[in-house]
Amino acid sequence: MKAPKFSYTRATSVEHALELLDKHGDEGRILAGGQSLMPTLNMRLSQPEMLIDINGLNDLKGISLDGDTVCIGALTRHVEVMNSDIVTEHLPLIAEAMPHVAHVAIRNRGTIGGSVALADPAAEMPACILALGATLVVQGSAGKREIPAEEFFHGLYETARAENELLVQIRIPSQKADKVSVFLELARRHGDFAIAGIAAYGSVSGDTVNDMRLVYFASEDKPTIGTNAIAALNGKTWSDETKEAVNTALEGDLEPMTNLHGSAAMKLHLQKVLTGRAMDAAVARAGGAA
Amino acid sequence: MSEEMVTVNMTVNGENVTKTIPVRTHLVDFVRTELGFTGSHLGCEHGVCGACSVRVDGDVVRGCLMLAAQADGAEVVTIEGLTDTGEISDLQDKFVERNALQCGFCTPGMLMTAAELLAQKSEMSREDIREFMSGNYCRCTGYHAIVDAIESVNNTRLKG
Amino acid sequence: MGFIHPYDRPNSYIGRTLPRSRAMRAVAGRGRYTDDITPPRTLHAAFVRSPYAHAKILNINTAAAKAADGVKLVMTGAELADMCTGPWVGTLKVFENMKAEPQYPMAVDRACWHGEPVVMVIAETRAQAEDAGELVMVDYEELPVVIRKEKAIQPDSPVIHPNLGDNIAWEKVLGTGDVDKAFAEADHVLEETFEFGRHTAVSLEPRIVLSEYDPGTENLTIHTSSQCPHMIETVFARTLGVPEHKVRIIAPDVGGSFGLKIHTFGDEVAATAAAIKLARPVKFVADRLESFVSDIHARENRVHAKIGVMNDGTLIAAEIDDLSGVGAYSQYPRTSVFEANQILHISFGPYKHKNYRAKATVVYLNAVPTSQYRAVGHPIGISVAEYMMDWAADVTGLDPFDIRRKNVMEDDSYPQIIGSGLPMKDLSHQACLEKLRGLMNYDDLRAEQAELRKKGIYRGIGVAGFIKGTAPSPVGYYGAGGARIAAQDATTVKLEPSGGVIVALGVTDQGQGVDTVMEQIAAAAIGCSTDMVRAISGDTDATPYGGGTYASRATAIGGEATYQAALDLRREILHMAGILLQKEAEELDIVDGNVVDFGSSEARIPLSEIGRIGHFQLGELPNDYQPVLSHTRRYRLQDSPYIYTNGIHGAYVEVDIDTGWIKHLKHWVVEDCGRIINPQLADEQIRGGCVQGLGGALYEHCIYDDAGQLQNGTMADYVTPMAFEMPDIEVGHVETPTSESELGAKGAGESGTGAAPGVMMNAVNDAIKGLTSGRVKEQPITPEVVLTALGKI
Repeated sequence: MKAPKFSYTRATSVEHALELLDKHGDEGRILAGGQSLMPTLNMRLSQPEMLIDINGLNDLKGISLDGDTVCIGALTRHVEVMNSDIVTEHLPLIAEAMPHVAHVAIRNRGTIGGSVALADPAAEMPACILALGATLVVQGSAGKREIPAEEFFHGLYETARAENELLVQIRIPSQKADKVSVFLELARRHGDFAIAGIAAYGSVSGDTVNDMRLVYFASEDKPTIGTNAIAALNGKTWSDETKEAVNTALEGDLEPMTNLHGSAAMKLHLQKVLTGRAMDAAVARAGGAA
Repeated sequence: MSEEMVTVNMTVNGENVTKTIPVRTHLVDFVRTELGFTGSHLGCEHGVCGACSVRVDGDVVRGCLMLAAQADGAEVVTIEGLTDTGEISDLQDKFVERNALQCGFCTPGMLMTAAELLAQKSEMSREDIREFMSGNYCRCTGYHAIVDAIESVNNTRLKG
Repeated sequence: MGFIHPYDRPNSYIGRTLPRSRAMRAVAGRGRYTDDITPPRTLHAAFVRSPYAHAKILNINTAAAKAADGVKLVMTGAELADMCTGPWVGTLKVFENMKAEPQYPMAVDRACWHGEPVVMVIAETRAQAEDAGELVMVDYEELPVVIRKEKAIQPDSPVIHPNLGDNIAWEKVLGTGDVDKAFAEADHVLEETFEFGRHTAVSLEPRIVLSEYDPGTENLTIHTSSQCPHMIETVFARTLGVPEHKVRIIAPDVGGSFGLKIHTFGDEVAATAAAIKLARPVKFVADRLESFVSDIHARENRVHAKIGVMNDGTLIAAEIDDLSGVGAYSQYPRTSVFEANQILHISFGPYKHKNYRAKATVVYLNAVPTSQYRAVGHPIGISVAEYMMDWAADVTGLDPFDIRRKNVMEDDSYPQIIGSGLPMKDLSHQACLEKLRGLMNYDDLRAEQAELRKKGIYRGIGVAGFIKGTAPSPVGYYGAGGARIAAQDATTVKLEPSGGVIVALGVTDQGQGVDTVMEQIAAAAIGCSTDMVRAISGDTDATPYGGGTYASRATAIGGEATYQAALDLRREILHMAGILLQKEAEELDIVDGNVVDFGSSEARIPLSEIGRIGHFQLGELPNDYQPVLSHTRRYRLQDSPYIYTNGIHGAYVEVDIDTGWIKHLKHWVVEDCGRIINPQLADEQIRGGCVQGLGGALYEHCIYDDAGQLQNGTMADYVTPMAFEMPDIEVGHVETPTSESELGAKGAGESGTGAAPGVMMNAVNDAIKGLTSGRVKEQPITPEVVLTALGKI
C-alpha cells in the first residue's frame, strides 16, 4: 500500500495554489490535512499527477468573530475548532459535533475546510454548517465567490466548488441566544463514519417548535434538509402526534443508501428515531417540558 | 512518470536530520527506513489502526497519513525519543507492571496517544480514557489492562 | 526427606504474577519485529492478485513490468510451480473421505478466489514493486462463481473443481444413543437455525517473511512472524526442495497471531522462492488490503440445532447439522475442515445428555481459504448450544443458571464420555457455575434488570458455559493424520557456567507471555530466581524441535516439557552436589540458587559453583562421572486427544430498542485452566480473547457479494472492537490440575474467544424477551439484526 508516484509542490500563496490547480486540472489535488487524501493514495484509489500542499498558507488558518459571524479559515485544524472559545460560545452545534469527528490524531491534522470540500456523506461538518446556514467562500483565479451552504452540497463528494477553486473560508452566523441546537449521530464505534445523523437548529418556545432546520446526514448522499419533516414540525407543539407526523413526512425527504452499514429501511428508521430524540433534547434545552 | 525526490530537513527525537527521499514517502516509512527508528509500526496504512502514531510539533498524528515532506521544518518525536526524555516513564513502567500489552505492536502508538491524554492534566473517568484511546487498535489485550494502566498513572500524577 | 513439588513450596513461582521482559522492550519501542530487520541488498515483493472470484488465466504479459524501475524479477504461478515440489493437498487421513484439489502457491491456470496471488514482482522497494505490478497484464476469462454455501451443495451448482465432482470437501456424522427416540419422548422439542458470519484475524502486525538463501551452503534462513517456526521449516523445506536441516526459521517478536500465523501461505513461499532464485534477501509484507483477501478466513457456518427437553429441565437429546462454508482450497497442511470437526465434537459438551447426533457438511466456495483461527469452531458450537439451553430454560420455567445446574456433568463424576465421544476429566462445571453466579451478583442484576425495564430501559443478562479442547495429542489429528506437525513438544534446560539457566523452547511467544511462564516453571523446578533464568524461543537453530504455539498448548505441553527438563537438571545438580558434599542427593535441596541441606536455608554450594566445576573444573569430580548440565525432555499427551477445559461467561448488556445499538456493560469469565503459573497473564489472555470473540459477536463480517468480491476489506469497513465499546472484564478461576501431566496446567488462551459470542447472543435475547417473539440467532449482531428481531424494520 505504497502511494503511486506523484509530483509535489508547496503552495506559497493562494494565488500560487490556484495557478497550479488551473495548470493541472483534474490531475491536481489539494493536500491539506491529508486525512482523507492520503488513504486514497496509499490504497492507490487515486493517482493524481500533482499534489498541491497548502499547509503553509497561514492566511487560511484561524477563527475570528466578525460581528455576528464566526469566520473559520478553511485550513483550520479540527482540534483548533474543538478547542476554540469562539466556537464553544457561538457555535455550540459544532462544539457538540466535534467529539464525533474521527479520533484525536485525525483531528490534530484534518481541517474543517477539507471535510467540507470533500463532502463525504457521513461527515459531521457539512451537516452542521448547513444547519447553521453558513456561507462558503471559494476562490478561483477569477476571484472569490460566496456560496450559501444550501447551494454548496450537490451529491456524493460533489460540491459547488469548481475543480480550479480553493475553499478558503467558512462563514457561519453565530447561533442566536434564543435558539437551540442539537447534534446526534449513530456510529458502530466512537469515531467511525456515522450511519445516521441529524443536526438541528432553530427556535422553540415552551414545547412549541417555532422554526427548526433539520439536516440529515450519513444516510443520504449529501447533507439533506428535511423539508417535509420541517413543514410538519414548525408551528406545532412537540408531542407524540407531532413526532408521528414528522416521521411520516420525513419519508418524503430521505432516500437512504443501502450499503455495507445497513439497509435503506434501517437508516430511515434510525433517522426517525434521531429526529424524535433531537426534538426531545431541543425542547428540554429550550427549557420546556418534553 | 519518474520518481520525484525531495530533500527534507527536520528534527527527529531531538536530532536534526536531512535526507533526500522519494516525495511519496510517508513519515513512518521515513523514520523507520531512513533513520532506523523502527518503534513506530505500520498496521493498516490508511489511518485507522493507530500503530503509526507519532508526535509532530507537539501533536499526536497518524504518521502513515503524512508525507515526510510535510514534516519539513517540524519537530518529530517517536516512541524512542519519548522514551529517552522520560516523559512517560511512569506510564511505561505501569504498562509493564499491569501487562497492558502483549505482542507490543500497538504499544508505541498507544503510548504516544496516552502521552497526549496525560498532558491534558485533567481528571478522566474510565469512559473518558476509553474515548480518548478509541482510535488505537489492539487485538491482544481487550483494552481493559490499558485503561487500568492509564487511569492509574493519570490519577497518580494528578494527586502528586 | 524427599521431594516437595515446586508448586507446593511457599512463595513458589508457580502461581505468581511477574512482569514480562519482552514487555519492557516493547514499551520503549525496542520490539524487534520481522519488518524491523533489513539485511543489505534486501529486495521487496508485491503481488498481482486476482480481481475475480473465479476465472481462467488465459495469458500473462510481464514485459512492461520487467522493464520497470528497480524490478529484478517477475514470476508467474507456472514459473513458481516449476521451482516447487507439490502441489499442496490439504487433507488429513483422520478426515475420512475428505476431498481436496491440489493447490499451487500462486494460481497457475485458474484463479479461484478474489485475492489469490497470480504474479509476483520483486523490486528494490515495495513502492516500485507495486508500480510494476500495475503494468502486469493478465487476461482472465470469468468462470461461474460459487459463493453461497447453501447453493454450493445443490446438485445444480457450478462445481469449482471439476476433478472433485462436487463442491463438498467433507461430510461427517457422529453421535451416540438414539436421538429420534428421545425426541419422541421429550416434553419439548425445540429447533432453530443459526447463521455465523465469516471472520479474519486482523493481527496488527501483518504476515511477513524475510527470506535469505546462500547458494554456497544451500542454507535458507527465514525471519517470519510465525507461531510455528519448526513447522514452517518443514513445510518450506519440502515445498522448495531445500534440505530441512539447512533451513533456519526465526520468529522474532510477533505482532499478534491468533492462529492466523500457524498456517502456510503461497505468497510467502513465492517470496522465498525469489530469494533462492536471486540469492538476495527478499522481504514480503502482506499489507492490510491484501491481508483481507489472503489471510485465512474462518467461522462461516450455518447450524441447525434441535434439542429434546423434559418439563423438569433435563436435556435428553441434542442434534446439530452444520453447513461450513470454507474457501477455494483446503488450507495446507492443517485442512479447512477442522472448524466443522470441532463444532461436531464440542457442542453441548458440558452436559449429561446421552443422546447426541451431529452432522457436518463442509463445502468449498470461491472465497479466501479458511482454517484454524482462535477458538476454532467453539464460538459457533457454544453459541448454538447455549442459546438452546436458554430457550429450554424459557419453556420449562427454569432460571438459566438452574437449567445449567441441572444438566452439567458433576464435578465428581469423572472420567466421563460425552455425547460426541470425547473423554472428559478434571473439569469443574459446577464450581465455575456457582463462582460466576456469585461474582456477577446475579440476583441483584436480575432485580436491577426488572426495575429498569419498568422505566423502559432494556437490559439483558446472559450466561454461556463451555468446554474447550486444548493441547492436542499426536494421536488425534496431526501426527496420526499424516501431517508433519508436532503435537509433542520439547524444552532444553541448561546450566551456564555462572549459574544462570537457559531454557530453550519448542513452543513460542507472541506476547501472551510464554517465555516468562517457562522461566517461572524452570526457576520453580530448579530452585533459583527467575532473574537467573532466560528463555529462548522462536529460533529453530537454537531450540529443540517442537510444535510452536497453537490450540492453547504452550503452557500445558511446553510447560510440562520445561518442568520435566528442569527437574532433570535439578536431579543432576543434586547428584553432583552430593558427590561434592559426600551426601545423598535426597539429603539436599536447591533453594534461591543454592544447594542446601534439605530443610535448611543455609547455602552449601551456589549454582554458580556447580556451573564452574561442571564446565571448567571437572578434576574436582570422579573420573567416571560426566555431568550433563543440559537436559531435554519431550512431552505429549498420553490418554486424551485434548486436554479439555471448562468455564462459563456472564454478560450484562443494555439494548436500545429503538436503534438496535447494544451497550456491553460488564463481562465476567470463570474458567478452569488447571494449575495457573502466572495469574495476571492467564487473566489477560482471557480478557483479550473475550474482546476478540465479542468482535465476532457484534461487528466482524467478511462480506462477499454475489460475484464473490470481498466488499469490506479495509480496517474502516471490517469492524473490529476498539476501546470505547468494550466492557471491563472480571475474571475468576477454579483450578483443577489436569491429571495428564505433573505440572497440571491446561490451556487458557482461547476460552475467552470461545464463549464470548454465545454469552452476548444470550444477553441480547434476554434483553428483548417479551417485547417480541423475534430472536437474534445470527452473528454479527448488528443493529439491523436487533431491529429486525424487534419487528421495527
